[in-house]
Amino acid sequence: MDRLYILLSLLSLGLIAIVLRSLRRERLRVEHSVSWLLAGVALLSLSLSPPALRSAARWLGLGEPAVALMAAILMVFLVVFYKYSRVVSELKDMNITLVQRVAILEFKVGRQDGEVR
Amino acid sequence: MRSQAGRDTLVLIPAYNEEASIRRVIEEVNAVRPGASILVVNDCSADATVSEAASAGAMVLSLPCHLGLGGCVQAGYKFAFADGYQSVVRIDGDGQHDPRDIGRLLECLASSGVEMVIGVRAPGSGDGFRTSLIRRIGIGFFRLLLRPILGRRVSDPTSGFVAVNRRALELFSRTFPLEYPEIEALVVLQRKAFRFDEVQSVMRPRMAGRSSITPAKSIFFVLHVLLGVFVNILRYDGPSPRAQKR
Repeated sequence: MDRLYILLSLLSLGLIAIVLRSLRRERLRVEHSVSWLLAGVALLSLSLSPPALRSAARWLGLGEPAVALMAAILMVFLVVFYKYSRVVSELKDMNITLVQRVAILEFKVGRQDGEVR
Repeated sequence: MRSQAGRDTLVLIPAYNEEASIRRVIEEVNAVRPGASILVVNDCSADATVSEAASAGAMVLSLPCHLGLGGCVQAGYKFAFADGYQSVVRIDGDGQHDPRDIGRLLECLASSGVEMVIGVRAPGSGDGFRTSLIRRIGIGFFRLLLRPILGRRVSDPTSGFVAVNRRALELFSRTFPLEYPEIEALVVLQRKAFRFDEVQSVMRPRMAGRSSITPAKSIFFVLHVLLGVFVNILRYDGPSPRAQKR
């Protein structure tokens, strides 16, 4: 069990480090880093406080803290994935609108220049 | 230069890699409706669709990225609405729809007062036109599904041969399904209490190319459209920044 906590701590720190590195190199926008940082901090907190995890497992009616840990990880990442599905959907909508608008504007510019038809 | 009368109706042809058939389709439209405004919306074709369409005398709206059928058709609707057209007839670029029926669709649109007219295959028409078994099953399934939703029978909800008036044009400019749009578009109309009618028309074998809906994609098609239909029924029309932007 201790190894699991150590592994989770390392993974959480790794996640936070990767997010911060991406922010520093401007590969990730600040607003989109918040949910990953929160997920990393939440997992790190759980891995650093085994008593809290045991309490959570008892409260959820789970025998093993490891199961509670896996459930917590699953929930955190489901929320983050859902958030990014929404972001991707919005971006796709905006992209379609932009593609259509560019095509119409190009056509109109071409028509004005006498290039079309 | 289009005449003002030309702004009455736009013939819209969505096209993706239709170089083998697009010229003939445009020539057929020109033959039955001389001087008609014809707009080919090129969905980022990799072949000579654009040059074939332009040299045949059509206006060509070229999308810089491939959007799929719904996004392609909606671009044409947006163009037509912004340019002041009163109605749009959409026909396929593969030659399956007979342009001689355009007039009958428009007559029905004008006389019936409905917002959309669908050209459906006349029984026994179209020698050589064979609807595949999978497509027939799909049409039958969606016919049954749509009947209680639309409150009326629809013969072929998958037909892409449609005429819309300016009210429907305004609606479809704002919201139009992206993939496999024909069935979902009926639900979009229904949500606004818009009506549609049907006109029997001749369906022909495609002049070239193959349908993009292969048997393997059919199951995905059914599930996708099924979900799309229910999403359109459930859709919230409240004040949303996204809804306003689109």
